[in-house]
Amino acid sequence: MSATLTEPDAAPRTPNTKPPRPPKGSAAGPRKKKPLPWAPWLLLGPSIALLGVMVVYPTIVMFVNSFTNLEIKNKMLGTAPDFVGFDNYIEVFTESDFPAVLARSLGLMVVLTVLITAIGMVVALLMTKLSKGWRLAVSIGLMLAWAMPPLSATVVFGWIFDTDYGLVNWALNTITGTQDFRGHSWLIDPWSFMMVLVIIVVWQSVPFAAVTFYAGLGQVPDEVLEASSLDGAGPWQRFRLIVLPYMRGVLTAVLVLETIWNLRIFTQVYALQQQGGLASETNILPTYLFRQGLGEFGVTAAIGVFMVILLMAISYFNVRSSLKDEAEL
Amino acid sequence: MTVSPGIQVAETPASTTTSTRAASMIGDGGRLGRRAGRAKGRAGRFGLNVFAFIVIVCSIFPVYWMVNMSFTPPNQIISRNPSFLPFDFTWKNYVTAWTREAAPGQTDFPHALVSSLTVGLAVVVVGAIIAFLASIAIARFAFRGRYVFIVSVLVVQMVPGEAMMFTIYNMIDDWRLMNTLIGLFIVHLASVVPFTIWTLRGFVRGVPAELEEAAQIDGCSKAQAFWKVTFPLLAPGLVATGIFAFIQSWNEFLMALLLLKGYNLTLPPWLNSFQSATEATNWGAVMAGSTLIALPVVIFFLFVQGRMVGGLVSGAVKG
Repeated sequence: MSATLTEPDAAPRTPNTKPPRPPKGSAAGPRKKKPLPWAPWLLLGPSIALLGVMVVYPTIVMFVNSFTNLEIKNKMLGTAPDFVGFDNYIEVFTESDFPAVLARSLGLMVVLTVLITAIGMVVALLMTKLSKGWRLAVSIGLMLAWAMPPLSATVVFGWIFDTDYGLVNWALNTITGTQDFRGHSWLIDPWSFMMVLVIIVVWQSVPFAAVTFYAGLGQVPDEVLEASSLDGAGPWQRFRLIVLPYMRGVLTAVLVLETIWNLRIFTQVYALQQQGGLASETNILPTYLFRQGLGEFGVTAAIGVFMVILLMAISYFNVRSSLKDEAEL
Repeated sequence: MTVSPGIQVAETPASTTTSTRAASMIGDGGRLGRRAGRAKGRAGRFGLNVFAFIVIVCSIFPVYWMVNMSFTPPNQIISRNPSFLPFDFTWKNYVTAWTREAAPGQTDFPHALVSSLTVGLAVVVVGAIIAFLASIAIARFAFRGRYVFIVSVLVVQMVPGEAMMFTIYNMIDDWRLMNTLIGLFIVHLASVVPFTIWTLRGFVRGVPAELEEAAQIDGCSKAQAFWKVTFPLLAPGLVATGIFAFIQSWNEFLMALLLLKGYNLTLPPWLNSFQSATEATNWGAVMAGSTLIALPVVIFFLFVQGRMVGGLVSGAVKG
């Protein structure tokens, strides 16, 4: 399958073997005739400065702050905060609703990731079996859902599930022939709030998974499928024993990315809470942190540090698989 | 630190071949499909088409509903029986959304549009330049520290920006950039640059260095060879990456909500305020506002999606 990919390097190279390091003096590399050891660093300079100031520096500041009792009054008065050790972390984990929020976030993340991956795979398989015209129509539909700004999407879904004039209540009333759903609020109950949220996020995220899986399915060699078919493998066996192993890389990448993204949802949750949810019952990590507000910077820093560690631990797999590709230049 | 998790983009390298594969996926015959199609009977095909129809309806319906509502007069919207087509077609909702301020003392749509465009375009231009230079360095030069830099970019890209929202707030405040577009611009810039570097690196790698060398042998200088041979080949990649950066900045809600207020709001916080202030009276205008915000993104998106997906797949499959 790697035959379909370009290998820009001139010299043939077996995967995962590093090319010989250039000699120390001519750090400009094999292709560069002129010795310009500082040239790459000049090119990297702006990025390093930007990311250093905007990512690395605040991470360090946040880490330090999480061990202090920094508050907004320190900022106003210009006084230095006291060092309090692990007090903030202990407070967050024992004396707040943070553990509940964490459990809710993780639960939501699992539900979303499973649904998105499963539905995405089904839609991708469907697309391989459709005629050209139908596939084009499905692709356009998926693109529309994918392209909708999250805030617009949430506003629309909020209206579809509206208490008084929502389409869902109208449809349920019409189907059941009753007025039972008149004035039924979908957002006030935390469970049905989460259901609406799951619908919104799944609706927006399935296209990415489906299109990625579809592209991945194109990499499964025809001959192998045909051979297995001749050997008597049914559709499910073909999928499980041939397609899935070939798709492992794509599947892992999508799973990891979805896990990360689904833990970081802010816009949809916040906007849905604005439309009638109980924030205290429906917060997940980012909205919980946001609603702590400006004030106890030490405590919010501790929450932030925890989030960074959690997400970095998950992204470890993603970074590693991205680096696998990076067999040096 | 990708700030907006909504628009989701592949975060692994792009190889041009796979990109084109994925880009042409709509037209491509689908090898799996043809064979399966032969094997399946007519009933199976009908079932598949019904299933496809359901997928299409589910995908399109909310978008259709938004557009439908945006053209429906307010008094019709709050009727007990919804109308599925805007029979009493009206532009009034758009006029309201365009002219009315979001909430008392806050910006109106045109000004928020200008703010969003300013931040978005600045992020695209500056981000593309910074990331382009870096991607050249890591794709074309072998130097000590290159691997460390690549690892750092990947790690930095994964640092969740929203976890640091208050630290960044304090930083922007200390720099006296609170409630300015420059402050938001810097935050957005930092959030798109790692991804842009990583994607552009893939595109640069996709252009064989031999092309450049051949041009040099034919008498071009190093710089000429780059500008006349490599750069034109990279242009599509730059455009695609730039559009993605723009969409990300356009959709970003959290930091805009935190850093801006009053007259300086960008579009997402504008919609948020506008909705809170007018939803009781005029849902049509809220829908019109949503549609106006979605429109440029949808248009841009159709241009670039294949390329980005190709990136993810090539990265994932190659290992």
